[in-house]
Amino acid sequence: MAELSAGSAHAAVHPPGLRHHFEDMEQQHEAGNLGMWVFLVTEILFFGGLFAAYAIYRSLYLPGFEAGSRLLDVKLGATNTAVLIGSSLTMALAVHAAQTGKRKALIFFLLLTMVLGAVFLGIKFDEYATKWHHGLVPGLKWAPDEEMYKNAPLGSVELFFCFYFFMTGLHALHMIIGFGIMTVMTLEAWGGKFSAEYYAPVEVSGLYWHFVDIVWIFLFPLLYLIGGRY
Amino acid sequence: MSTAAVVESPAGSRVHYLNASYGIKSWLFTTDHKRIALLYLGSITFMFFIGGAAATLIRLHLIEPTGALVQPETYNKLFTVHGVVMIFFFLIPSIPAVLGNFLVPLMVGARDLAFPRINLLSWYLYTIAALLALYAVVSGGVDTGWTFYTPYSSTYAHTQVIATALAAFIAGFSSILTGLNFIVTIHKMRAPGLTWFRLPLFIWAMYATSIIQILGTPVLAITIVLLAAERLLHVGIFDPKIGGDPILFQHLFWFYSHPAVYIMILPGMGVVSELIACFARKRIFGYSMIAFSSLAIAVLGFLVWGHHMFVTGQSVYAGLIFSVLSFMVAIPSAIKVFNWTATLYKGSISYEAPMLYALGFIGLFTMGGLTGLFLASLATDVHLTGTYFIVAHFHYIMVGGAVMAYLGGIHFWWPKITGRLYPDGWARFAALIIFVGFNLTFFPQFVLGYLGMPRRYAVYPAEFQVLNVMSSAGASILGIGYLIPLIYLIWSIRYGPVAGPNPWGAKGLEWETPSPPPTENFEEIPIVTEEAYAYAEPEDVHG
Repeated sequence: MAELSAGSAHAAVHPPGLRHHFEDMEQQHEAGNLGMWVFLVTEILFFGGLFAAYAIYRSLYLPGFEAGSRLLDVKLGATNTAVLIGSSLTMALAVHAAQTGKRKALIFFLLLTMVLGAVFLGIKFDEYATKWHHGLVPGLKWAPDEEMYKNAPLGSVELFFCFYFFMTGLHALHMIIGFGIMTVMTLEAWGGKFSAEYYAPVEVSGLYWHFVDIVWIFLFPLLYLIGGRY
Repeated sequence: MSTAAVVESPAGSRVHYLNASYGIKSWLFTTDHKRIALLYLGSITFMFFIGGAAATLIRLHLIEPTGALVQPETYNKLFTVHGVVMIFFFLIPSIPAVLGNFLVPLMVGARDLAFPRINLLSWYLYTIAALLALYAVVSGGVDTGWTFYTPYSSTYAHTQVIATALAAFIAGFSSILTGLNFIVTIHKMRAPGLTWFRLPLFIWAMYATSIIQILGTPVLAITIVLLAAERLLHVGIFDPKIGGDPILFQHLFWFYSHPAVYIMILPGMGVVSELIACFARKRIFGYSMIAFSSLAIAVLGFLVWGHHMFVTGQSVYAGLIFSVLSFMVAIPSAIKVFNWTATLYKGSISYEAPMLYALGFIGLFTMGGLTGLFLASLATDVHLTGTYFIVAHFHYIMVGGAVMAYLGGIHFWWPKITGRLYPDGWARFAALIIFVGFNLTFFPQFVLGYLGMPRRYAVYPAEFQVLNVMSSAGASILGIGYLIPLIYLIWSIRYGPVAGPNPWGAKGLEWETPSPPPTENFEEIPIVTEEAYAYAEPEDVHG
């Protein structure tokens, strides 16, 4: 069925960063990129289950969901949206710095991305603390003021907050994982591992970071904005 | 054996993946896809016998109408253990994680899967999940059935729901990582000249399976997270107290778990395509139709989950649409069966053990598939749902189909995996025993279900006893049938005759490298110049 190929790339000079089972850097680079895209598809479906459930309950219990939405702090949410979009920019600049082999710029932009991620998580934590204080955490501390939800049915407001915590909590977990990945990337960049020839890990981490941003771009309007507030 | 084996240097003098290094660490930290396949083989065989033990106890219990063995509460736990173990820890990983892991890089002419360390990680995730599931069994068990329906599993649960569900969750990630690895490998690492339409059909089947794994499994994962959160916090989105809908759990669950049926059967269809072509010595009939029917099944599989819920109170119109779509699955399935039989036509067929399994598969899968049509019809489903008819139907697909194909594949590629041949006479005998035992076990259950015996009950009316005893008798024959290969395959590792690179005279890149293959699979990456299954035609069929 097959003949044996003559020259093999294995015999040639082994570039740094090339793993033994790939024929060349291009194949390795493409495989890594495709792997991350496939992983992101699984992530879309992971969040997708929640989005589908949200859509169903929102159509069933609109008043409760609107009342719940009005209890969120839209200013903090908007600030966080801006912070995350900013971090996507710095991430893209980090990838560009890696591609052009600028080590110092790469480290700078990776650190900046992490700072913005930390700001996001800090604001999120502050929001959670406020919800706890107001007794708006289903299951653990649910004792909202009657003033707060007006005439909406209490059950569906609680349902809304179940979604709020599951969705933003899962997103925050992804942010924390991303923070860990960026730490590793920064350390490796510090150690001089990346070059204009070998930057795939930075690029692939960037894909992940942008994905986590995009999830928030959907969460922000669904949870904070479309509550009949305006 | 059908053709003379190419004479190799005596085994042991050549370095291959099994003797390249020794010691427990060289296995536990290996990134070689072939060794990881063997790690999986050991783990899933162990889990298979755990699940089988539960099945044995179930069948023993049902010998008496009043229940011969255990309390009804224990019976509930037994069928739950059987289902959870067999589905999440045997059937879903079986062919992909063992045969797929071993064969995908060999068949596409690559040195390894694209992400070898992620491949090892997926085995560790599987092992952790399996241990967690076994912990749940010994620490009290779980009684919800493998489907974890709310509110059995949430508000009214009093058994180890969280541990078991978490085990399924972790096993799911193992499955996702395997699928991801296969997709990237098949896309990016094919040998020069190996175009998509020269790929073996096993690769097409694994590709379709991988797509389901990466699209379906995450939805199960999030559903389990939501369920576990509801158990922990005593409030959640399936909780009717605050307006949550337990039926939504079923929708999300079956959105994964129906496609999961195709995760279990599609790889089996891939194996059977290989076996039929080899032992009929013919180019497979309708190559591209078989390849595309795998993808069609993968796509349609995502659109039919509602047929598990015809009587749960979903809308009549949803039921109608799900019914029509379910019927459509019969089309690609029938395309495969017709193409396999057309391949057999005028082939020079020989009946080695793997071929017996393949022929058994075609017959049993066809019966399983046709009885599926009864269940896809709304009116008959009302009568048959929740009865032993369902049990018989899916065991014809899962045991008669997937397990038969798995065993056929193991027998076919065993000489490649170990470099040794097993005793063919014993293997044919076992295949026959399994076929007989299987039919005796499950055919009476079609009748029982039609007569109205409900599934999952620990007791039954006395008039059903004869059929139940038949089924239990068949189960003991089936059990013996599964033990025989375990014995002679292990025996063959040490004492079997040396197989040589290609004992069956089969086509495909995996047969062109020595048995067992070297660690990097090929001395030089091969260049492919012809289609798959280029067997010499016995006669000019167009003449």
